[in-house]
Amino acid sequence: MKILITYIAALCSLVTIAQQTPAPKQTQAIAIVGAIAHIGNGTIIENSLIILEDGKITSITDATNSSNIAGIKTIDAKGKHVYPGFIIPNSTLGLVEIDAVRASNDQAELGNWNPHIRSLIAYNAESKVVESMRPNGVLLGQIAPRSGRISGTSSIVQFDAWNWEDAAIKVNDGIHLNWPDNFTASRRSFGGSHSLKPNEKYAEQVTEITHYFNNAVAYNNGNKTKTNLPFEALNGIFDSSKKLYIHVDEEKGIIDAVNFSKENNIENLVIVGGRDAYKVTSLLKEHAVSIVLMRVHSLPSSEDEDYDLPYKSAKLLTDAGIVVALEASGSHERMGTRNLPFYAGTTVAHGLTKEQALQLITLNAAKILGIDAMYGTLEAGKSATLFVSEGDALDMRTNKITHAFIDGRLLSLETHQTELWERYSNKYNNQ
Amino acid sequence: MLKKYLVFLTLLSACTLSAQDYFPKNDGVSTKNTNYTAITNAKIFVTPTQIIEKGTLLIKDGKIVASGTTVTIPKNAIIINGDGKSIYPSFIDIYSDFGVEKPKRESSGRSAQYDPSRTGYYWNDHVMPENNAIEKFKYDSKTATDLLKAGFGVVNTHIQDGIVRGTGALVALNNENGNAYRIIDQNSGQYLSFSKSLTSNQSYPGSTMGSIALLKQLYIDADWYAKGQIKTKDLSLEALNKNKNLVQFFEAENRANILRADKIGDAYGIQYVMLGGGDEYERIKEIKETNAKIILPLNFPDAYDVEDAFLASTLSLSDMRAWNQKPSNPKILAENNITFAFTTRDLKSPKEFKENILKAIKAGLSKEKALEALTTNPAQIIGKAAIIGSLKNGSLANFLITSGDIFEEKTTLYENWVQGEKTIIEDFNKKDIRGTYEFNLANETYKMVLKGELSKPKLEITNQDKTLGSKFTYEDDWVNISMTTIDSTKHDFIRIVARVDANNNLNGKSIAPNGQESPFYASTIKKANDDTPEKEKELDEEQGVDAFFPITYPNNSYGFSELPKTETILFKNATVWTNEKEGVLENTDVLIKDGKITKIGKNLSEAKATVVDAKGKHLTSGIIDEHSHIATESVNEAGQNSSAEVSIEDVLDDTDVNIYRNLAGGVTSIQVLHGSANPIGGRSAIIKLKWGQPADQLIYSNTPKFIKFALGENVKQSNWSSYSRFPQSRMGVEQLYIDYFTRAKEYDVLKKSGKPYKKDIELDVLAEIINKERFISCHSYVQSEINMLMKVVEKFNFNINTFTHILEGYKVADKMKQHGAGGSTFSDWWAYKYEVNDAIPYNAAIMHNAGVTVAINSDDAEMSRRLNQEAAKSVKYGGISEEDAWKFVTLNPAKLLHIDNRVGSIKVGKDADVVLWTDHPLSIYAKAEKTIIEGVTYFDLNRDEKMRSQIQKEKSELINLMLKAKNKGLKTQPIKKKEKELLHCDSIDNEF
Repeated sequence: MKILITYIAALCSLVTIAQQTPAPKQTQAIAIVGAIAHIGNGTIIENSLIILEDGKITSITDATNSSNIAGIKTIDAKGKHVYPGFIIPNSTLGLVEIDAVRASNDQAELGNWNPHIRSLIAYNAESKVVESMRPNGVLLGQIAPRSGRISGTSSIVQFDAWNWEDAAIKVNDGIHLNWPDNFTASRRSFGGSHSLKPNEKYAEQVTEITHYFNNAVAYNNGNKTKTNLPFEALNGIFDSSKKLYIHVDEEKGIIDAVNFSKENNIENLVIVGGRDAYKVTSLLKEHAVSIVLMRVHSLPSSEDEDYDLPYKSAKLLTDAGIVVALEASGSHERMGTRNLPFYAGTTVAHGLTKEQALQLITLNAAKILGIDAMYGTLEAGKSATLFVSEGDALDMRTNKITHAFIDGRLLSLETHQTELWERYSNKYNNQ
Repeated sequence: MLKKYLVFLTLLSACTLSAQDYFPKNDGVSTKNTNYTAITNAKIFVTPTQIIEKGTLLIKDGKIVASGTTVTIPKNAIIINGDGKSIYPSFIDIYSDFGVEKPKRESSGRSAQYDPSRTGYYWNDHVMPENNAIEKFKYDSKTATDLLKAGFGVVNTHIQDGIVRGTGALVALNNENGNAYRIIDQNSGQYLSFSKSLTSNQSYPGSTMGSIALLKQLYIDADWYAKGQIKTKDLSLEALNKNKNLVQFFEAENRANILRADKIGDAYGIQYVMLGGGDEYERIKEIKETNAKIILPLNFPDAYDVEDAFLASTLSLSDMRAWNQKPSNPKILAENNITFAFTTRDLKSPKEFKENILKAIKAGLSKEKALEALTTNPAQIIGKAAIIGSLKNGSLANFLITSGDIFEEKTTLYENWVQGEKTIIEDFNKKDIRGTYEFNLANETYKMVLKGELSKPKLEITNQDKTLGSKFTYEDDWVNISMTTIDSTKHDFIRIVARVDANNNLNGKSIAPNGQESPFYASTIKKANDDTPEKEKELDEEQGVDAFFPITYPNNSYGFSELPKTETILFKNATVWTNEKEGVLENTDVLIKDGKITKIGKNLSEAKATVVDAKGKHLTSGIIDEHSHIATESVNEAGQNSSAEVSIEDVLDDTDVNIYRNLAGGVTSIQVLHGSANPIGGRSAIIKLKWGQPADQLIYSNTPKFIKFALGENVKQSNWSSYSRFPQSRMGVEQLYIDYFTRAKEYDVLKKSGKPYKKDIELDVLAEIINKERFISCHSYVQSEINMLMKVVEKFNFNINTFTHILEGYKVADKMKQHGAGGSTFSDWWAYKYEVNDAIPYNAAIMHNAGVTVAINSDDAEMSRRLNQEAAKSVKYGGISEEDAWKFVTLNPAKLLHIDNRVGSIKVGKDADVVLWTDHPLSIYAKAEKTIIEGVTYFDLNRDEKMRSQIQKEKSELINLMLKAKNKGLKTQPIKKKEKELLHCDSIDNEF
């Protein structure tokens, strides 16, 4: 055992080699000229002029009409594309470095009711996985814990920082609740398939949630003779300073979760996962519930389902007028998050327009996370968090990023991986 | 009630049985009974096809002496009038564990057990041919009575545990006499299965394919032992050899395993009798071709309780269909002239037996075939047709006396005779007193109705439409009634005792509350059978069979009701990605015919071709996945550090919907690889995704031979608690390979020398590798181990064909190039375990630039359906040209799998395995519109749309039928949701 611990310790010291140096604060104005600007709200400017100053977009216009950029450092982006930084909600980036190394795993805490558990302080700004997001345009994320009934409190970070304080752009933005499943797993049967049986405790578990929330309300209304940390944390849900993210996939669960929120006067409900959400769009629309939709690159949940259901789900929801963002949770989720643009791209092959698809990972995500005042679109006054790509960033072939900015800071696009690429390419070139 | 009869019977039979002659007798004088019993005037089913009307059955000493219409009845015969009754041979259940205690599960230790627990026996604990059911047999009269009531007279029992289970015992259900009489054969066959014994934790085999390999090697070893070539004692092999000529029973339990077991049998000259699973109808042609006789459990699924619409929506079509289709399985077997017998196995109670056999008959099984499956077929299967299963002279006097056709709901089974000893289930002399009566007491007229069961009717007494409280018993022709008086304010009772006379009138006395007795007489005004027809009709409707939903291939969603055929198709004006020196051709026509690509050019025409307008679309060769784990029931055989003896070809699963989903992603060929649980894994199956074809038809003809090897964390078991299997470090991995290759080489030398040698399947496979007849695809991550393996195999003069995963291939690309190894990698996976910390998405590009043949693979059922996107990532990461990137998922894997002479490019003469894409195939916006293999369109976007609505329609219809079933009061079962486990390299096998 001792050997093992030593081994793990040795291993961690290897893992935590520092990432690329975070970029310094923007000191001079920059103009990006001639690019096709994808605003993030469904519109584009074919030949744009974007001016970044003091970390903000100060103007975005059609370059053919206004070209007074004398004295400003310019980036010639003719024929290239500019996008708002992509946003990944419900992420565990920075909470786990290597899936199979337990010592590097900080995504789950003991216990069932953990609203007070905060992801932010465990967020490793120097993660090598986090830095690998930037060359694909994924620049912002909501970092959320993962365990129990209430897993804890998330925060929103940007992906180029010295430490978690630097990284934070919205602290304690929401609380994450895992809704009970309608089915529970039974013993595996022969041949790789195992069957699920109805969860007999479902109703009881739902009642538990209501009971817990009622207690939290009562506590927060009272004189709090003894401090209850979880209830204190949950108060943000009732005073609307935090959003409630309910993680639920099944049709019945979604309906129950929406009704639960309504009955408990919870204003800011977001459904995360939402595999069956396409079946209950009118309810979601009626209550203005947004969906952070499960990974697009997933298999259908049963053998009878349409092979492309996970691909087209975003289209079905968008057409029904629901605000949809995309998430990436599941196996290999952290390293796979850099494929977020391609998740969006896939929804285009299955019905959405490219600009609608883009909106899923920009404006919609920003709206849902409550950061749309500063992020999510290329609009004057918003943060200069954006990137330039040589081509269509939703397609693997053309997602080639030349410049990326967070709050006007020009980021390094180098990573542990590009360094190895260069090192070994050179090794062979010099042989 | 029955209990009483049994007591009665014991007394009665004490005088009929013949004592064991040579046993001393100290309780009286010798009373040997030599009387005959004759049952006359009955309808006698000597066999299901030989029926005697109004005949006599003569028995003596527990055997049939004669039957027929002209039987002379000896004077010392007891005659039973069987007028109106039918006599059938008693049923036989040849797959039972009657009287044999279930073995208890051995508690498992903290670490896996690799060595056997025994000595003097075979090296694998799960092989126990030395077991004999008779040694554990304890007659269980309670279960016997249940079976007797269900009509069974003989059962064949064995220890249902382990892969080889030893011999069984054929036993008569003779509650009266001891084992001396009951045991018909204590060596009734030998029993096998794919399932491990509960009594040992020895880890091998851990998969069906491991069990298959174990059995094959076992037969070889037994033969070698029989030849005296093994010098040590092996009691298992001795027993196996001794049991060789017995009937061999195999517990297959489903159609796929029947085919698997049959292949083992074919290889070693054994025809197993198979325990089926009731799903044989799904591939009836292949099942018939096995020539196996089948034992069928009669356990049809209940309807699902679909009232909760949310839960019901998760039911799979295949589970719903099984409910509808399975009762037809016996009929379909009969139609195909497959010999089968029924067993009560898997039934909660033998009581369900009749209900289920009636279901099978309602579904179309003829009564004659049903009777055969219960009598002559099992007798013949077990090789005892001369003494059981019929009422021919000399047979055991095992028969049933019934009120009529035994396969009718309303028929009463009166008696079950076994070896001449009768068990009375219903007294057939008992008068049927059910009906309506009238009687007078103290000037009041009463009406009395008796209805319900024959032996326990229910009573209702009314006076001027007012129902009175009453109680009632009926036994031995006497009825006892107690009833309340008309004056309901008092709690007084009138008692009646009366005998039933020949005309069903009741004659006796009544006793008033004050003790005054008066004569009692109740006359029949209406007999019960007058109103039976109405009830019968009602019953019929309840049991009514629903229409049989058509079988598809495979028999689940997206299966084909008729397999699509090879077509001649002319694609016009496509952008054609040839993967040949012609590169990408614009506005080009491609003709496919007879399963091949026959023409590529401009302005082609072909008279009978289906023309596909491909303008604006892209035509490519099909995607090939070098590393897949779909379409298989097992992935890892982790029970040993080498499992070269196992093969994925043995366990392919043709029903996996991921085959169809892969087709929808443009995939046409895959290598189904063994997992990475051990340094030397199992053999691969290289298959085409011919959805709908049976498993064996998926495998390439003249398939190249491949095997999986693995390195690193998985083989040294780093990421879970397992510390007892060598190797535990990369250092050990090297030595393991050297050891196995050295042994294989020595083995091969001996084999080729002409000297006697024991065939060893594992070493044969390893020798194939050394002789460059089989190729290695090696799971690998870090550069040290990759380098090591190349050096080891170079010493043995062969090459690693492919390093798969090979995430640090970029660090040793020059060495790989020099060695001649290909690299089949993930596009961008990393960070999931320590050894992939340096994995980079530029890996494919660097290896490609260094001259290595590069493929991009999936190892994942989800990723495999969009390998075109994974290939496209090489354009982003490393700037590979689009044409080369496309080859990463088509031509290059074809080369690595040695199938590029047939597939991998669009070239005249190659197989017509092509995909029509809606857009540039590397684009995220592309969808496969048609996926064609050898000219057969296995996926088509338009057809897929139609299938979806068909699935919805069929499911709705089935749900309605299930609701109907529930409303009728039929049993239901709770919803279950089928979930396919996604298998990866790391998946430890599921079965055990």
